Amino acid sequence: MNILARYLSLFALALTVVPAALFALGVLGDAPMKLAMLVGTVLWFAASPYWLKGGSE
Amino acid sequence: MTDENHPQQNEPVNEYEREPVPEKAWKGPSSFWGMYAGEHTAGTEFMLGPLFIAWGANPIDMLLGLLCGDILAVLTWRFLTAPIATGLRLTLYYKLEKICGRRLVTLYNFANGVLFCFLAGAMVTVSATAVGVPFPGVKMPTFSDMMPTGVAWCVVVLLLGLAQTIVAVKGYSFVARVGHLSAPWMLLVFVACGLTTLPKLQSTDLSRIWTGIALNGGPSLGFWGFVFFAWLCNAAMHLGMADLSILRYARKASAGWASSAGMFLGHYIAWICASLLFALELQLHGRGASNAPGPMVYAATGWAGLACVVIAGWTTANPTIYRAGLAFQGMAPRMSRSTGTYIAGAVATFAGMFPAVAMKLLDFVGIYGTILCPVGAIIVVDYYLARRIGLTSNWAEKTGGSFNVAVLLAWILPLLPFAYLYWYHNVFPSYLTVPVWISCGILYIVFAKVFCRTPATANSIAA
Repeated sequence: MNILARYLSLFALALTVVPAALFALGVLGDAPMKLAMLVGTVLWFAASPYWLKGGSE
Repeated sequence: MTDENHPQQNEPVNEYEREPVPEKAWKGPSSFWGMYAGEHTAGTEFMLGPLFIAWGANPIDMLLGLLCGDILAVLTWRFLTAPIATGLRLTLYYKLEKICGRRLVTLYNFANGVLFCFLAGAMVTVSATAVGVPFPGVKMPTFSDMMPTGVAWCVVVLLLGLAQTIVAVKGYSFVARVGHLSAPWMLLVFVACGLTTLPKLQSTDLSRIWTGIALNGGPSLGFWGFVFFAWLCNAAMHLGMADLSILRYARKASAGWASSAGMFLGHYIAWICASLLFALELQLHGRGASNAPGPMVYAATGWAGLACVVIAGWTTANPTIYRAGLAFQGMAPRMSRSTGTYIAGAVATFAGMFPAVAMKLLDFVGIYGTILCPVGAIIVVDYYLARRIGLTSNWAEKTGGSFNVAVLLAWILPLLPFAYLYWYHNVFPSYLTVPVWISCGILYIVFAKVFCRTPATANSIAA
């Protein structure tokens, strides 16, 4: 689970920034870029708590 | 900007607040890199980037000035703060108490608490600009707005401030955890904001993005302005030694290099990306453009960006309200921590209704650093010079004194010309931070010679 969560988190971070880079290059449109970033955000907060320790809990 | 160590509720963990951190609790450098990166990529960055443009940044001054200032900040952390932190392994508050006594530390805490309230207020403002996006009735503030923009704005700020205060009182640890988790993602959202803004700009000519013309028609913030701002916006943390509380856990002073993660990611990349957002607004809407982070980030990155603004503002405001509450509680020991936090939250929420605090964040950060950093000079004198020049190190601890007059005078007197120059001559506060810091150190040596005699020295002089 931990390993899977790490890979998912990495994928989530990629989904947060790669679509923006593709938008900047004119490869991806505005709406799909924003949707991909939202999916990346949800995925990050779902997966990262399983392996990223720290904070107060 | 910064979001310091996260206090916790009901924690059984020994934080070594009144003893040196023992070797078993020391941490390697890796513990500090992520922490600094997260602390300095926060809600304030969304305000500061646009403010650079409003202050008339030109590309060379900004890019080089920020770079030089960030390098100076890192060097200060590495060669001033970290060696003292790893030498003493005490919190700032405990070391101050040893030098100047409990009553004067309480005064320092109060000043800290009040300033924290206004910083938290600015962050409530930032979050409110995001929460208000789905509600067209909420008028977003612009640079010229110093007063609340309307009833709807006040209601949004009030609800948000109330929620943040209740969380600070009851469920603080959850927000600290969210803040920790969101750090890597938040930095990438900043980068995404910059990337998505680039193709929308009418011109990518750097001189049309950072035009060098201040929006208020006044003098622009030149190269040295950026150098000093980037160096000293966290003066309270490095020159002022607040980060003793963090770096006292470091195995070696070289952990001070970790601050470069915060400086170059948060105070360089994030600031530049945030400033691009406002450059686009200006190109689209002219001088009437709003620098409210919520709508700008929403236009750039959609709901993910909006979530980022809310989380960035919230995770910065919450620990700030919490610490301000602790400071107020320290003023009145009979007051419960909850009451102190509610008072801090109320002040922060009220301040958040006034966009002036957020719109003047460049000034506020300079004032904040200049007021708090002089105590760091006193610690430097006590740590490096006291024995060599015949001063009593840890005067209050050795004499049982609770109020070191020498510290108070050395702290307050340099602030008087600072206040005069800032209020009457509009001198940029960050230019005055280092002179105030040095003056405080020199004055402390002079006043300590006069006022801080131990019984032994007094007797020997009398004989």
